[in-house]
Amino acid sequence: MKRSTAGILVFILLILSACGSRNTQNNAQAGSNSKQAYIENKGSDTLVNLALAWAEKYQNAHPEVQISVTGGGSGTGFTALINGSIDVANASREIKPEEIEEANKNGFEPIEFIVANDAIAVIVNPENPISELTLDQVSRIYKGELTNWKELGGEDRPIVRLSRETNSGTHVYFLETVVRLGSKEDKAIFSADTLLLPSSEGIISEVSDNPNAIGYDGLGYVTKDVKMIALAKTAGEPFVLPSAATVISNQYPVSRHLFMYTRGQPEGVEKEYIAWILSAEAQAIVTELGFVPVEPVEKQ
Amino acid sequence: MNKKFQENLISNAIRIAGSSSIIFILLIFLFLLREGLPALTEVAPKDLFNTRWYPIEGLFGLLPLLSGSLIVTVFSILIALPLGVGTAIYIGEIAPRRVNEILKPTIEILAGIPSVVLGFIGILVLSPFMRETFNLPTGLTAFTGAFLLALISIPTIVSIAEDALYAVPKTYRDAAYALGASQWQVIWGVVVPAARTGILTAVMLGVGRSLGETMAVMMVTGNAPTMFSGLNSFISPIRTMTATIASEMGEVASGSTHYHVLFFIGILLFIFSLIINVSSANSIKKRTAKSRAQVVS
Repeated sequence: MKRSTAGILVFILLILSACGSRNTQNNAQAGSNSKQAYIENKGSDTLVNLALAWAEKYQNAHPEVQISVTGGGSGTGFTALINGSIDVANASREIKPEEIEEANKNGFEPIEFIVANDAIAVIVNPENPISELTLDQVSRIYKGELTNWKELGGEDRPIVRLSRETNSGTHVYFLETVVRLGSKEDKAIFSADTLLLPSSEGIISEVSDNPNAIGYDGLGYVTKDVKMIALAKTAGEPFVLPSAATVISNQYPVSRHLFMYTRGQPEGVEKEYIAWILSAEAQAIVTELGFVPVEPVEKQ
Repeated sequence: MNKKFQENLISNAIRIAGSSSIIFILLIFLFLLREGLPALTEVAPKDLFNTRWYPIEGLFGLLPLLSGSLIVTVFSILIALPLGVGTAIYIGEIAPRRVNEILKPTIEILAGIPSVVLGFIGILVLSPFMRETFNLPTGLTAFTGAFLLALISIPTIVSIAEDALYAVPKTYRDAAYALGASQWQVIWGVVVPAARTGILTAVMLGVGRSLGETMAVMMVTGNAPTMFSGLNSFISPIRTMTATIASEMGEVASGSTHYHVLFFIGILLFIFSLIINVSSANSIKKRTAKSRAQVVS
């Protein structure tokens, strides 16, 4: 009986290793046979809809290329890129030094491409009379120092703070840029009673339903059911609403780049795909989905 | 010869099938230990018993998660116990067969609803309702989670409690009726006490079900890692152990401290459910031993 158990284990291991090597096989096929190419693309949930739209459009024009897109979070994408299970990682944050180190250990240098810009909108319920806040006020709300809308000149209602889960690139970005106001020494974190919701949609639905709530989300996810807050960097500066124009002109204070990373300099199909993503045709999709396009370098 | 070989082959195959679950549990437990125990050396025990869970800054205090799981589980059982046992009594002792034919399948359907669907209903219906009715800051609270968990654990409690009631010998009831007891007196004074260990088992398994449930609680409890602070915690957002594992495991770099701590939470959950299962199995054993003794005397 012992021997049979060992047999089963070996069998399971064989299946697992077969799963692991599936990708390298695909890549090998892509290399040897240029007729059917396969790009595996994974990472940031912020980017996933955009990446899907790009992949769809590109595949329509190039039926010989197959692109699979999945989400999971920026970190998930980097892990997969380092493990070699994907070809292109999507990220809403820059790669960390330790991730570059891991990649070097696995024998490649991750190459960065800025593929779009995103602004994070701070949102409240449409019933909330507040429509302008400074970054410092938002920071104090999320640190738990302000607990009632009354303190900001609003109604006498408790403030319910909503955030994405800690595994989201948006969460980390918001923590660094807004809660800590961009200061590297500041070790402030979210108040413990901040609700951590697993999805962007969850935040929109709670904010649109709950007049006490404040949340943040990528500009691409904001719907008409919630109200965006105009933000000012400091008390004296003008309050700016997030939009494509204010992000490109660098007036809106909470905006960031969105990235794609490849395993070393991209070649062949991958290179063509990334070049296409940076083209005007692909960047038009960026605007359609509520993100902000990358300004073409040639213009400047 | 050939027949004997066949016989051997079949009985061995069945033996493997029978012992496979034990092997799997052992393998799972060993895997959990291997991935989770390094947490104890990487994080000082003092820090594990901290009151703040914020893994991306290296704060691995497990107390808010333990407290969250405890609050939700206790309240879900407080809701599910009277409803579940009441339903079992109604099915077993009172309801006419015609009603039972509708009631029992309906409860089985309740057991079959995927928890993510309940979570969805929780977000869209229950949570706004709770907020407006009780004038709470938000409807994503421990109570909302406990209510969904009660719905999830009721079918388990009903079916096991009903078995326990059914196992009470008819002679007990006949004797009580012969002494002039009313139906309520028979149920409350004779049948339920006689079945109490079985009912306890039902509740324990319900607790196990609530403790391990992930999706529904993750969707409606708000996932804020707050500490228990009296009755107020009941209507505040909380974060459970299961929801923490589910929402963070996908992102975490394998082999990191955070990864090991998540597996350590898995070990704790495993141990808790082991304790619950063993203690309920013990009470079943005691009950059968006792009822045998009664028959003999």
